[in-house]
Amino acid sequence: MSNTSTALLSNDFIYASMALYTLAFFAHAVEVAWSVKTPAKSVKKTKLDFSRTERVGRLASAFMVLGFLLLTAGVIFRGISANRVPWGNMYEFSITGALAFSGAYLFALKKYKVRWLGLPVSLAVLLTLGTAITLLYRPSAPLAPALKSTWLVIHVSAAIISGGVFLLANAIAGAYLILDRYEQKGVRPIWAQKLPSLEALDNLSYRLVALVFPLWTFAVIAGAIWAESAWGRYWGWDPKETWAFITWVAYAAYLHARVTVGWRGRKAAWLCLFAGSTFLFNYIYINVWGTGRHTYSGL
Amino acid sequence: MSTVLDSRSFLRWCWRQLTSMRTALILLLLLGIAAIPGSLFPQRSQNPLQVKQYFVDNPTLANWLDRFSLFNVYSSPWFSAIYLLLFISLIGCVLPRSIGHLKAIGAAPTITPKYLDRMEYFTEIKKFDLDLAEKQLRKMRFRIRRDSNSISAEKGYARESGNLLFHLSLVLILIAVGVGSLFGSKGDAIVNLGDRFINTPTSYDILGFGKYQAEDSLPPFSLTIKEFKAEYDPATNAPLDYTLTVLAANPAGSKENVEIIKVNKPLTFGSTKVFLQANGHSPIVIVKDKSGKVVFDGPTPFLPQDANLSSIGAIKIPDMQPQIGFVSSFLPTADRDPIRGGFSSYPEVLDPRLLISVWKGDLGLNIGVPQSVYRIDTSKMERIGLKALVLNESYDFGEGSITFTGWKPWVNLQIINDPGKGYALVGAILAISGLLISLFTRQRRIWIKQGRKTQIAGLAKNGIPGLEDEIKKLVKELGSE
Ligand code: HEM
Repeated sequence: MSNTSTALLSNDFIYASMALYTLAFFAHAVEVAWSVKTPAKSVKKTKLDFSRTERVGRLASAFMVLGFLLLTAGVIFRGISANRVPWGNMYEFSITGALAFSGAYLFALKKYKVRWLGLPVSLAVLLTLGTAITLLYRPSAPLAPALKSTWLVIHVSAAIISGGVFLLANAIAGAYLILDRYEQKGVRPIWAQKLPSLEALDNLSYRLVALVFPLWTFAVIAGAIWAESAWGRYWGWDPKETWAFITWVAYAAYLHARVTVGWRGRKAAWLCLFAGSTFLFNYIYINVWGTGRHTYSGL
Repeated sequence: MSTVLDSRSFLRWCWRQLTSMRTALILLLLLGIAAIPGSLFPQRSQNPLQVKQYFVDNPTLANWLDRFSLFNVYSSPWFSAIYLLLFISLIGCVLPRSIGHLKAIGAAPTITPKYLDRMEYFTEIKKFDLDLAEKQLRKMRFRIRRDSNSISAEKGYARESGNLLFHLSLVLILIAVGVGSLFGSKGDAIVNLGDRFINTPTSYDILGFGKYQAEDSLPPFSLTIKEFKAEYDPATNAPLDYTLTVLAANPAGSKENVEIIKVNKPLTFGSTKVFLQANGHSPIVIVKDKSGKVVFDGPTPFLPQDANLSSIGAIKIPDMQPQIGFVSSFLPTADRDPIRGGFSSYPEVLDPRLLISVWKGDLGLNIGVPQSVYRIDTSKMERIGLKALVLNESYDFGEGSITFTGWKPWVNLQIINDPGKGYALVGAILAISGLLISLFTRQRRIWIKQGRKTQIAGLAKNGIPGLEDEIKKLVKELGSE
């Protein structure tokens, strides 16, 4: 198969996965919306009947898994078409990032009860893929010389996986803050009854961050080792490096706040959001508008 | 007497504040925030030319920014103050903890508390044999304190060890960074194809030394640039690969070996590494004076301005009377369009042009102010000609003539000695190991107390789940539901 046709095949897989994420999104939306209905016979207390949405919820998860598999194929074929790991420009970072994000969700789904996150996750993945394939798309091409290194594989995969988990923790912290608003005013709205308790959300985002913080640390160190072998210095305060450092320090502060100072709940959620936004900022701003040596976005 | 005491207790108070967790948290956040401006303003350490341009564009603002070290954020007093305070706090916090932790090796857990029902996990069960429980807990590798009617058990000691290892490794990394900047050196040299570079301070275009690095300590190697190959993608013009072949001799004058340097593959001499940093073209010209005597014949490195290697440069002829300077651009593959005028459409030399404007007067080389080799200060000069030369074309500018005879590639060698980086790597590996140990070790305590009934309670650090199952399993093993 020629390189171009493999690249086109990759695009087809990306489109197909977008279709499935769309289905997943609607299924999740139906699941949330239908829980509103209360069983007819309940007299005083409004009790919620989740059994009727259970099926569509499971269907949504199935769509998520299928979308993930198709996206995986899309990313892999993109790599095959360029004969290298598919992390050479912003388009490729985005599809791989979306893959990592939905992978992190599926991983969390297996361990914790987080199906409710499927709605924002499928939406975010759709938006990322949509932006990627319309605005960021670049034909498959070989790597810039400085990117030719095993460290590319190690460093970027660690960074992208950490990013996926960080953003998932962010989504949970965001949900925490929204639900916290409602609970302060009184009770949760009906659609949110099924979501975990505030405390559980708080613990979940902490656990995700604690789980992936070592991996992010490793990603930064691997980047430093690579920079040493490519540019002769392991740390040069290049904007991309600087923001990776800021993200690292912000999450270290978050862990500190939780573990040693005992911040819980609202304060911790804000700190988590702050740390996550430094990661996003690094990804979007520095790649698109930034200067420095890390401008491989191909834009 | 009392003032001494007061100031002493004041100092102690300060120390306690500095090493408190809250301070550590604030300093950490401050460090993150303080790092931001360095990514928004150009930094002298990376991009001195951009900083200069900033001063030209906004002189007043730039002066104010400079007053707050915003062009040298990472070596500024305020940035240094934050990380030094953070590390003092870190040492003040972690050293006592480490000592305490070492002492606690092999020590028994604390006494079983009086009221167990306040613990995170608590249950009451039928009476059972404490000896059996002790045996079981030991099998589960808990550390045990056995009193007559109670057991206090603890597991996950490694969590604190990992945590301390992590924090201490951060100190090691900081020391390594310091060693690198105090004892290292870093320099750039532009060398034309065919030329020899000898590693002495005078061979460099730029050379920086750490405070304590002796200038005569450069390893005495020499490199002759034998071949340089740059490959480009004809469709996108993007570089595909650079290969530099050199003849290396260490020390200079000894036997030469053929070595290959690539972007990700430097040449190593001990703790010194030679990197291929950049490349460009050096147009070759012959300049003759009015009488036809050759006053200049050779290549001049030009500075690339874009991905297609349109380059600017200055050819300076101080030996002519009056002095002559050529403000020039070199286009490796010349092209034109009505908007941009002349430009280069491909980085390789396919259809070269040398654009020159000829200036006569005072080049200003003798005032002692260092000048860019790529530019000419034309404030005391007068322009006497303008020309675009194709290969082997000559141009007579009245005071003499110039002939564009060819070109050569040049490479920028970056030569770096960082004696601290090995320690930094060790520190980084230890830090990650410590982090993994501490974040993935569950630390928990279990108490069993024999009264009328048997009470079992547990507490897990950070509320990490799994304790409940563990206790249930224990109870089951003991055969008492
Ligand atoms: C360079 C700055 C620092 C960084 C990057 C950093 C990072 C971290 C991280 C990531 C954790 C989480 C580990 C865990 O969850 O177990 C942690 C925990 C901790 N840090 Fe720091 N830290 C720094 C400075 C300090 C300072 C200055 C202190 C003391 C004042 C300190 C004391 C602690 C303590 C006591 C823990 C909790 C250990 C535990 O009980 O789990 N750290 N630190």
